[in-house]
Amino acid sequence: MDILVSGLLLAGTYALMAMGLNLQYGVARIMNLANGEMLVLGALAAFWLFVTYQVSPMLTLFIVAPVSFAGNWLIYRIFLRPLVRRSKSQGQLEVDSILATFGMSFALVGIMVSIHGEYFTYKYLSEPITLLGTTVALNRFVAFLVAVLIAGALYLWLNRTRPGVAVRAVAVDTEAAGLVGINVPRISAIAFAIGGAVTSVGGSLISTFITLDASIGVIFTMKALIIVIMGGVGDIRGAIVAAIILGLVETAVATLIDPGLTLAAAYLIFLAVLLFRPQGIFGRRAT
Amino acid sequence: MKRRSLLKLAAATLAGSVALSGAALAADTVKIGAVAPKTGPLAGGAAVTQWPNIELWVKQVNERGGLKVDGTQKLIELVEYDDKTNPAEHIKAAQRLATQDEVDFIVAPYGTGFNIAAAPIYAKYGYPMIAVSAITDKISELTDRYPNLFFTLGSTTAFVEGVRDVLVEMRDAGTIGNKIAMVNVADAFGIELADVARPKFEEAGFEIVYDKSYPLGTPDLSPVMKGAKASGPDAFVAWSYPPDTFGLTEQAIIEDLDVKAFYTAVATSFPAYSGAFGSKINNVLGAGGTNPDDPATAAWRKAHEEITGKVPDYWASANTYAALQVLEQAIEGVGSTDREAVTQYIKDNSFDTVMGQITFDNQNSAKFWSVGQWQDGVFRGVKGSNVDGAADIRSKDGWN
Repeated sequence: MDILVSGLLLAGTYALMAMGLNLQYGVARIMNLANGEMLVLGALAAFWLFVTYQVSPMLTLFIVAPVSFAGNWLIYRIFLRPLVRRSKSQGQLEVDSILATFGMSFALVGIMVSIHGEYFTYKYLSEPITLLGTTVALNRFVAFLVAVLIAGALYLWLNRTRPGVAVRAVAVDTEAAGLVGINVPRISAIAFAIGGAVTSVGGSLISTFITLDASIGVIFTMKALIIVIMGGVGDIRGAIVAAIILGLVETAVATLIDPGLTLAAAYLIFLAVLLFRPQGIFGRRAT
Repeated sequence: MKRRSLLKLAAATLAGSVALSGAALAADTVKIGAVAPKTGPLAGGAAVTQWPNIELWVKQVNERGGLKVDGTQKLIELVEYDDKTNPAEHIKAAQRLATQDEVDFIVAPYGTGFNIAAAPIYAKYGYPMIAVSAITDKISELTDRYPNLFFTLGSTTAFVEGVRDVLVEMRDAGTIGNKIAMVNVADAFGIELADVARPKFEEAGFEIVYDKSYPLGTPDLSPVMKGAKASGPDAFVAWSYPPDTFGLTEQAIIEDLDVKAFYTAVATSFPAYSGAFGSKINNVLGAGGTNPDDPATAAWRKAHEEITGKVPDYWASANTYAALQVLEQAIEGVGSTDREAVTQYIKDNSFDTVMGQITFDNQNSAKFWSVGQWQDGVFRGVKGSNVDGAADIRSKDGWN
């Protein structure tokens, strides 16, 4: 029971890291290596507002989400749209976007170091609660609930609304989506911006229980990449299932075998998925 | 094309000659280089311990007119580089300081691995290297090999023995029993400390009931703390790095780990640690310590806060500043920027610093705090080597 509860909470954290990248890579076709920095920016905002003005991180979410949406929209329009326009193939766009966002990640780290170069240490809702007989931290549970909320909202939006269907259509085939009258550049920008907003909100939440610093983004980018590739690119369900698998397995290994082996276990699963289902759990085989 | 490259060449020569004349003009300053992380995993620690002290020292020396060399006073000109917490970058930057910027002295790196990795390059150019944030059991081996290298923060063994002595003292007083839960971060630092601690604790008659490592950057430390708690320990010891020091402490509070001795390593001494946890961490033990009642230490802490706007940590900050004072006094003692003479001066003399009188025995200063404890908002040293003013050890009484 301990493993199930702790594992699911960890899965919530992982889902927060990965859902945004899934949208950005799956729909806008941007392999965003600055994803981790976007997350840390959200964390920095939560930390800074809490320490300076005692603003609750839960309120900060409502500031971070629109600001990050707008910021990511602009990033897409100004920096990434020209890359999309000039690229002749999917492969070229991936290479270009990796290089561009890699550079962007350095710029973001530099900006954050100049704002606060030390650790983002603060405690919020750091209280124990008992859940099905297991003691867990309230801040982790809150993050889990928000992750469920975001995942549910994204799922409904993608499957039940017109813009959502358009987003999925672009994920399946950009050209065909354009042919049936979908404004592909606009949908891509929206998907990229929503992805960024989700990631930043995740960062604000994660900062309540993990101590971050300006340079730690790359660790989150790596983890998000693993989850997105494992789950299958362009399907929000994939990221969630992969996050749950990773969360449960890591917690089980840490509890039953040795905490030192969690990373090894995570990479082992990743390897297994790549070997037996290279397109990811929910991915479509490339045609 | 040809004309353009010719133009470029001309421009480069012009720029070069401007830079040269600039260097000639700058000869009335003493150039000091500093390479340490501003980004990367160790940046958060360097931003607390290393950079503010360099800033403070340079400002203070320049305010009083500069360093007394060559019969006059010269201002310090500081050249800073970010090593991105990457040893290869560090070595490149140090090389650049030596050959391009032609600095007179370099502040020793931040981090054990960086001091060891960069020692050959500092030795090659003959820079005296007064290492602070470097803890290793290879001190004598390294100082034998590099005559310019000095250590000031103690060895791995001294560090572990400090913790052992605290636990033995608490056991003899009847506060704790024999059972220790020990965890470490799976990184060179944590592994080395755990390897030294295992036999030391067992020799002292302790039983290690939980002994696990966790990878650096583990997002959820709750299984570790649940496991440690289930083993029913009397004391908890973590050879941890900053993010996990915070993470383990938070989980201990969540799980209500009821031990009379709770020790986490690096960053326990950071002001941010008590800032985040407040009174809950009263009587937590950690790496480092200081004697805030010592007048020299108190004056330096005050200046640090006023000039850099930051509260210094209660551990290596003081040693970092002391190492800069050693360098300062050695340069002025020699009266020139002759690096070989300055290195020899450091070996032969005693220095008056914020840590008290520092002398080097075989290039090692055995004046440091090894264990401290948060006591009512101040992290006081409780165990150390050749330091005065150790506070009495208290037992941890819940997380309130």
